[in-house]
Amino acid sequence: MSEILVLVEHVDGEVKKVTLELLTLARSLGTPAAVWAGPGHSAAASAKLAEYGADKIYVADSADIVDYVVAPKAELLAQLVSSASPAAVLVAATAEGKEIAGRLAVKTDSGVITDAVGLGEGFIADQSIFGGGVNVHSRVTKGTPIVAVRPNSTAPVASAGAGTEEQVSVSLSDAARAAKIVDRVKQEKGARPELTEAAIVVSGGRGVGSAENFSVIEGLADSLGAAVGASRAATDAGWYPHQFQVGQTGKTVSPQLYIAAGISGAIQHRAGMQTAKTIVAVNKDPEAPIFELADYGVVGDLHQVVPQLTDEVTKRK
Amino acid sequence: MNIVVCVKQVPDTATERKLRSDDKTLDRDAADGVVNELCEYAVEEALKLKEAHGGEVTVLTMGPGKATDTIRKALAMGADKAVHLSDDALHGSDALSTSYAMAQTLKKIGFDLVVLGAESTDARTGVLAAMLAERLGVPQLTLANKVDVSGSSIAVQRITDYGFDKVEATLPAVVSVVEKINEPRYPSFKGIMAAKKKPVETLAIGDAEIDGAQVGLGAAWTEVVDFAAAPPRAAGTIVKDEGDGGAKLADFLASKKFI
Repeated sequence: MSEILVLVEHVDGEVKKVTLELLTLARSLGTPAAVWAGPGHSAAASAKLAEYGADKIYVADSADIVDYVVAPKAELLAQLVSSASPAAVLVAATAEGKEIAGRLAVKTDSGVITDAVGLGEGFIADQSIFGGGVNVHSRVTKGTPIVAVRPNSTAPVASAGAGTEEQVSVSLSDAARAAKIVDRVKQEKGARPELTEAAIVVSGGRGVGSAENFSVIEGLADSLGAAVGASRAATDAGWYPHQFQVGQTGKTVSPQLYIAAGISGAIQHRAGMQTAKTIVAVNKDPEAPIFELADYGVVGDLHQVVPQLTDEVTKRK
Repeated sequence: MNIVVCVKQVPDTATERKLRSDDKTLDRDAADGVVNELCEYAVEEALKLKEAHGGEVTVLTMGPGKATDTIRKALAMGADKAVHLSDDALHGSDALSTSYAMAQTLKKIGFDLVVLGAESTDARTGVLAAMLAERLGVPQLTLANKVDVSGSSIAVQRITDYGFDKVEATLPAVVSVVEKINEPRYPSFKGIMAAKKKPVETLAIGDAEIDGAQVGLGAAWTEVVDFAAAPPRAAGTIVKDEGDGGAKLADFLASKKFI
């Protein structure tokens, strides 16, 4: 079977969950070959990739790959597309992953599909568009299919691959060194999972009422090991930082469970969460459109319901 | 500084958006056209840079005739002039062909800085700025929530999962902006009146040396195989909190094995 390149997402040397999902997906369509870009590679990382089916692991761990914005990773992948002639290239549909996919598409004269929520035979992708209102099957018709797949599109399943490492050296062009990253500023993150990767997301909206009251949302999130999100009403009010905004102009999440507390469910918000597998809503207003989406909804005051739920979750653990 | 701000007309998110049954492209007639929200932030940033450093702001739009409404709005906000790339041959262009057509036009009209919104609300691919940087061979300064220009140097804050990266480059460059970078101004009455007199140049593909074989639905690198309205979600259970709403929710989560 043909090789399918999977660009590895990693942080502090750890392989991120979305990469294990992409390897699982790649296994159903060909032979997965992981591509490690940047420093931090270790035997443990390779073992993890092999555990989830990587037959080959291309390692390009020079520092300059991450010293410049996006372009070096696209050059690395373009080089591998040329040398390995893969059947497809999969990246995570994060903001940066999509940019890498875009540049790679130009470089290799190949079509690109973004925000796939599934990928089947013939590399036909499932996409959910217009705020979840329309389901689309699409495919690449020219070049090597490049597909950016949303986190949580499939459950990662271990199945060992050979995990043969191959060092790759990439000589970056001047164009790839044009936008230099001179500093990385880490902002408060805490122990919570990343919003777009999390299996469970608890989001608060206008009904939360204040920045202080977001502790109620955080409390529930922490009891469930979930990420915290916020509606635009909440981030515009300054109650929660903008990078946690879920919706049309913020992050798109596709978790197993999405809990919306005090969020009415305007189309702009739904565009960011409608592909969640299970949706739960708590809202005072029985007419709130979020209840149309909810698998389970409680009409009530989130300041009563959410702390009670947190207590119950903690009790039942 | 010669700033070109790319602006897209999109169907209003608040109206029902559809694909056409015949060629599976966006039905631009079915919904009201509005300025893509993040493009307004791009226009604002371009205007602020002009105010600080001098120069000129040109609006560039690719789209059908009705996209002139979008151009007028950007001009009313304060942009100086506009270029409207409009040609039936462009209908159905995907991200690759759009980036090709836009890059050709940018080469034709010239720029020191190209500013875009990071994503459109219709296709939401988020790839155009990166593709333009690749095609034009200039620095990619995308997902910016802060832009500083000094002489021929440019520095941005690029938002990341962990916070932000400080990125530096030399002009010319492509910048894309995110929502919290500024507060877009509303067009004033004076601005709206003035916009009517500002020059709008309409280009067909030949005017921008765009190869007709590289654009449009027939040339696209991707295709929609089929599409269907998403089936409505099965009606859920909605209960009224009688003092035990949290406990009932916990029961539901337990039944789904979340706890």
